Amino acid sequence: MKENLLMLACFAGGILCGFTGLFPDVLFHPSLPAVLLSVLMLQVGAGLGAGEDLQLALRSFRLRMLLLPLFTIAGTLLFSALAVLLFHSHSLADILAVGSGFGYYSLSSVLIADLKGASAGSCAAAELATVALLANVVREMIALFGTPLFSRWGGAFAPVSIAGINSMDVCLPAILRATEDQTLAPVAVLHGIVLEMSVPLLIAFFC
Amino acid sequence: MFRMLFLLMLGMSVGYFLHGSALVRHAAKGVRVTIPLLLFVFGASIGADGELIANIGFFGWQALVIALLGVVGSFVAATLFRRIFYGKGGAK
Repeated sequence: MKENLLMLACFAGGILCGFTGLFPDVLFHPSLPAVLLSVLMLQVGAGLGAGEDLQLALRSFRLRMLLLPLFTIAGTLLFSALAVLLFHSHSLADILAVGSGFGYYSLSSVLIADLKGASAGSCAAAELATVALLANVVREMIALFGTPLFSRWGGAFAPVSIAGINSMDVCLPAILRATEDQTLAPVAVLHGIVLEMSVPLLIAFFC
Repeated sequence: MFRMLFLLMLGMSVGYFLHGSALVRHAAKGVRVTIPLLLFVFGASIGADGELIANIGFFGWQALVIALLGVVGSFVAATLFRRIFYGKGGAK
């Protein structure tokens, strides 16, 4: 819990710093998030590799694990589609494109701004891209902070599915801690990888 | 994407072969620093975007609804997945 509060405070602090401009330009370097994410991947990998349960995890791999990302895609898109009943300004395809980010806010918003801009003009595209950015940030936040609850309510796969693409990196440590099940690591990583590949495909299809 | 996967595999091999070493123990614990840092940087990029902040209420409401629907849909799908492939009570 203390760690979750720290994360929330860092996120809020970042928004405040960006808003007030009280803040060194080095933090806006475009490659900084990618560098940090790379460091995170190495750290997560080192933790996994050093764990006693890696062998067990690899032995527990089953082909049906590949189906979990397909369930995530179907569930996310089916339910996201309901939003079209509320927001008449967006088409069903727009809403599904936003849902297709699966928590990958950076890539999905850039892709939507780019692909939608070609067909609907840059203003409408920027709007939809902003909605996509926020929606996928919210999804990541819900996944990050709700993991202990989701695993209690819906079992070990629920936090993986809700984390979407983040099941392989940002949310992985929280998922493994909450479920106390190291054998979940290959499922969660595989889930993230399959979704990561599907994000550009689905967004290109819907835009 | 393949870079991320490569780094994960690299970290895993280093962790596997050097497990127990101080370097690996520190690297694994560093996650608790890296994630808050990432969130801070991301928050800053949102805060610095004036147009986004000005319309945050309008866009935020739509985003919140779509995100919540996606989360509920994923939860339902994951529960179904578990029921179908792992029996009613099975967690693994």
